Amino acid sequence: MNRLVNVCVTACLLAAAAATSAATATLDDVKKRGTLNCGANGQLPGFGLPDSQGNWTGLDVDLCRAIAAAVLNDSNKVKFVALTAKDRFTALQSGDVDVLARNTTWTLSRDTQLGLNAAAVNYYDGQGFIIRKDLKVNSALELNDATICVQQGTTTELNLADYFRTNKMRLKTVTFLQLEEAVNAYETGRCNAFTTDASGLYSVRLKLAKPDDHVVLPEIISKEPLAPFVRQGDDQWFDVVKWVHFAMVNAEELNVTKANVDEQMRSDNPEIKRLLGAEGNFGEQLGLTKDWVHRIVKLVGNYGEIFDRNVGQGSPLKITRGLNALWTKGGLQYAPPIR
Amino acid sequence: MALGVESGPPKIPLARDPRFRGLATQLVLFGVLALVAYLLVRAAANNLARANVATGFGFWNQPAGFDISQTLIDYSSATSTYGRAFWVGLLNTLLVAVLGIVFATILGFIIGIARLSSNWLVERCATGYVELVRNVPLLLQLLFWYNAVLKALPDFRESIRLPGGVFLNNRGLFLPAPDFAGAGETMLIAFALGLVGAVILAALAPHRRIVAVGAAALVLGFPIAAFLLSGAHVTFEYPQMSRFNLRGGIEILPELAALVVGLVIYTAAFIADVVRAGLQAVPRGQVEAAYALGLRRLYALRFIIVPQAMRVIIPPLTNQYLNLTKNSSLAVAIGYPDLVQIFTGTVLNQTGQAVEIVAITMAVYLSISLGTSFLMNIYNARMALVER
Repeated sequence: MNRLVNVCVTACLLAAAAATSAATATLDDVKKRGTLNCGANGQLPGFGLPDSQGNWTGLDVDLCRAIAAAVLNDSNKVKFVALTAKDRFTALQSGDVDVLARNTTWTLSRDTQLGLNAAAVNYYDGQGFIIRKDLKVNSALELNDATICVQQGTTTELNLADYFRTNKMRLKTVTFLQLEEAVNAYETGRCNAFTTDASGLYSVRLKLAKPDDHVVLPEIISKEPLAPFVRQGDDQWFDVVKWVHFAMVNAEELNVTKANVDEQMRSDNPEIKRLLGAEGNFGEQLGLTKDWVHRIVKLVGNYGEIFDRNVGQGSPLKITRGLNALWTKGGLQYAPPIR
Repeated sequence: MALGVESGPPKIPLARDPRFRGLATQLVLFGVLALVAYLLVRAAANNLARANVATGFGFWNQPAGFDISQTLIDYSSATSTYGRAFWVGLLNTLLVAVLGIVFATILGFIIGIARLSSNWLVERCATGYVELVRNVPLLLQLLFWYNAVLKALPDFRESIRLPGGVFLNNRGLFLPAPDFAGAGETMLIAFALGLVGAVILAALAPHRRIVAVGAAALVLGFPIAAFLLSGAHVTFEYPQMSRFNLRGGIEILPELAALVVGLVIYTAAFIADVVRAGLQAVPRGQVEAAYALGLRRLYALRFIIVPQAMRVIIPPLTNQYLNLTKNSSLAVAIGYPDLVQIFTGTVLNQTGQAVEIVAITMAVYLSISLGTSFLMNIYNARMALVER
């Protein structure tokens, strides 16, 4: 019942809200407000999770902090809004949040039908399965007739049905609103397997009572480019979000780190000079100030640093860079040049 | 001054005519409301268009592509549309509502009567039940029952085997599915005919006892007769253990069980209080008169107290039925695929058309609720005090 009321209220807001916010400039709004409203996960270690003191950490969280650093010169001026997979788009459409950084897969219909734009891929993911070791399953192709737990409102739900159909396997799914409920049902044995993006599987496995009793199957059954989303029709803000991510990737490529960023200001490398604002006025072209990247790296770090700290070797998840390595190191992270 | 020129009542200027003024006020008010509604709808449509959000009901016939765990009608993720998913969700909601209303009524009446029992222990237990259950949020109770069901039952590999090929585990209750070799449809039709016959009987029969016996005979007799006439062929499909699951047979999901149990226990506490209030509203003199005539307590309840109490009970009971139906939307928390979970959950998220989908869902709940209260109003009118 509460859920119903909640959905209705959101829908009404969506219907009415845009009346007041007709084609406003989000960048100006954020500057005037002094805080960035960031739609985040809230339940997924490594991507978006508040600790007991309410401090948020995660890869998506750091993207929002970087935007706040670039726009407001303070990486803590972010109000994080925990969103379920189901409510996230409505929250962005209705203006509740300025940017949606919530491990959201970039798909065509989300880009078009929902009136949103994906800014840049900040994590290349793919869907996988986790299953009990004692079932002795070595491949997802052996899952015929299995019961699978899944979180609602995700591309995961569709990929799962597609995969079983393509491979002519029978499937039973149990769908839950919240990640934690789905994982709980898997752990109690309601389902044989749980499916979500591979990055999520690692964090889910850590949360289980006996992580060693469970194994992540090798198959990746889908492409899940995770991206921050903004509303369509506000190109300036779209550019800001996109280039904040690119700036962090470029910073990593040029070896500009949180520790050496002040030193690098004096670098002779013209690319670093442009990046950090020692040369040119690229920040101003975005509606920010010259030293925007300096602030991002100083306050948050470059892409490699936030990856390492949240999901990589510096975190409990220990996910390898894989597809998310820089293009120079065989990965897919590639940022257009700042010039 | 020429008297007698005017005939009939004195003429009142139109602006002072109370009837005209009343009508005019109503019209203006209606006009303003209609205008506001129109402006709101137009603003919403404009804003959605400006935000580049897709609108309209075109999604209804697009393929859904997701799987649903409990479907009362044919549904497949490959071919079925969002529209079909809507009907699956609606039927699942109605199933929970009907089961919930039936069992909550039975349990509620038992507890309500127990609260007035002269047996101290029974009365205390019933009161304790009501106070405990109605003061804990329903969502928590549902989560409790769901986890209780899941944790208490064994893994599918250690299923409890019950007699008759029935299995029980944390995936649900698995029953053998009867296969009537083609006679199934005939039996369904016979069952429907039996129901119609029972309704006609109820309308015509002079005595209640005849109705009860006759209706039971019709509803059960027709399908049995059809079964025997078609050659009494029946085979059972038994659930079989496969690598991951029990396959085949009829499957009752733990989500459904937990939801029905949770809703029944919660709503029964409120119904119990409604029943208690109704019973206590019967004038003391009526009860004493019944005992004075030598009726035993059970007879006094059945013939004197309950019929009079029903008049007080029915209107608030209707409210509880409506609450139960609407509360069933909490199913989403425990993974039961009801209308809200499927339609305002997955379908909304996949299509992004929040306004249309929420509007449809609200219209559906409104229809279910109005339908329920319509039926209960008919029942209420029949039970009302007949003035002689």
